[in-house]
Amino acid sequence: MSILTPTGAGAAEHLGRGPLTADELAAVIARDIPEGAYVNLGIGRPTRIADHLPEDCGVVLHTENGMLHMGPAAQGAQVDPDLTNAGKVPVTELPGAAYFHQADSFAMMRGGHLDVCVLGAFQVSTTGDLANWHTGRSDDIPAVGGAMDLAVGAKAVYVMMSLFTKEGEAKLVPSCTYPLTGVRCVGRVYTDHAAFDITPEGARIRETWGSTQADLIARLAAAAAPRG
Amino acid sequence: MSRARVLETCDEAVAGIQHGSTVLVGGFGFAGMPFDLIDALIRQGAADLTVVSNNAGNGDVGLAALLKAGRVRKVVCSFPRQADSHVFDELYRAGKIELELVPQGNLAERLRAAGAGIGAFYCPTGVGTPLAEGKETRTIDGRDHVLEYPIRGDYALICAHRADPMGNLVYRKTARNFGPVMATAAGTTIVQVGEVVALGEISPEAVVTPSIHVDRIVAVEVRRHTVQGAR
Repeated sequence: MSILTPTGAGAAEHLGRGPLTADELAAVIARDIPEGAYVNLGIGRPTRIADHLPEDCGVVLHTENGMLHMGPAAQGAQVDPDLTNAGKVPVTELPGAAYFHQADSFAMMRGGHLDVCVLGAFQVSTTGDLANWHTGRSDDIPAVGGAMDLAVGAKAVYVMMSLFTKEGEAKLVPSCTYPLTGVRCVGRVYTDHAAFDITPEGARIRETWGSTQADLIARLAAAAAPRG
Repeated sequence: MSRARVLETCDEAVAGIQHGSTVLVGGFGFAGMPFDLIDALIRQGAADLTVVSNNAGNGDVGLAALLKAGRVRKVVCSFPRQADSHVFDELYRAGKIELELVPQGNLAERLRAAGAGIGAFYCPTGVGTPLAEGKETRTIDGRDHVLEYPIRGDYALICAHRADPMGNLVYRKTARNFGPVMATAAGTTIVQVGEVVALGEISPEAVVTPSIHVDRIVAVEVRRHTVQGAR
């Protein structure tokens, strides 16, 4: 398992807090999204990042069903069935929004125009492979949506996930056992215990929450990868 | 025959769709779903259909109702499994329906290619994944790409906001989704709209789907649903 400690000054160890809740983690990711970036937030947990983006950050949210500058979830009379996010939740539009069809939406993604996407994951490898669309179980109905297109298209692919499964297995693994979404596509992994940069040498710790780097590395080494 | 026809009823609009046709169905969940055309297609009776759509039905209405009526042999889509996709889930688990899973962007671009006369295209999406297995690949500028072929429909059923009598269309918000690409990719494009306005009322600058892509238009009272249990 190639988990690396930072070079130079080292990563921040936040021993007083953590593991982070999903909302705390969303706030950490929101902090790291560059001002003015065009960003796609995957369905499920990454959607919460939008709630933590400062109003003046200038971030423009892309939703792959065909819109730029998506606003917050619609409330009450704002609900319009013709205006949803990729999770089919009614949303709102912000001044400066634009609508476009599916081929244009994915062209702007694949064409390298989107700065950041944040996706959920079942597993990420220390080489940046992503598995988030299929458990591989024979009774599972697979659904891929735009995940494979985002994985190859966005300039920076971030993953937001828990570091361990409920059974205690590591989700950051030497090699994914679940079917892949994309190969060597993930740049950064945000988890409840730590954030990592995927580098040519392996996953390098950026920050930890609730444990030291040494403890975290030991725990990851002890946790077996799940069986596919 | 190239000029679009404005028809009185959805039943007239879906007349002639044969058994075994490939039907492109617009919509992302319920946004842009041509509910009334699908209901008419159920009444019309065509079966053994291949349906190309982003999802495989939500709840018990629209595409889900067509599936439930047993008219669909195969679904080509990107995201079948959802909180409310029980109709598809049951058919799939019973082995009563075939699924071809296509990444959403590939679905859109393969439709676009069909409408644009492109024979095939190389795309980096899906490289190294099970969805690219058995497909031709090529390294271009140091990056691996997969060869993807067009998806052409015999018919497209889509929902737009407004049409003029020529067949020029405008859409509304994210209900636009697959409408414009599907309109180009089918032999016969059938559109339900909220209203047909007088010629000249849609600014030529605002037209999203030009009339050349539209064959049949029917105005229906707008009926919209919100997906339940959406994430």
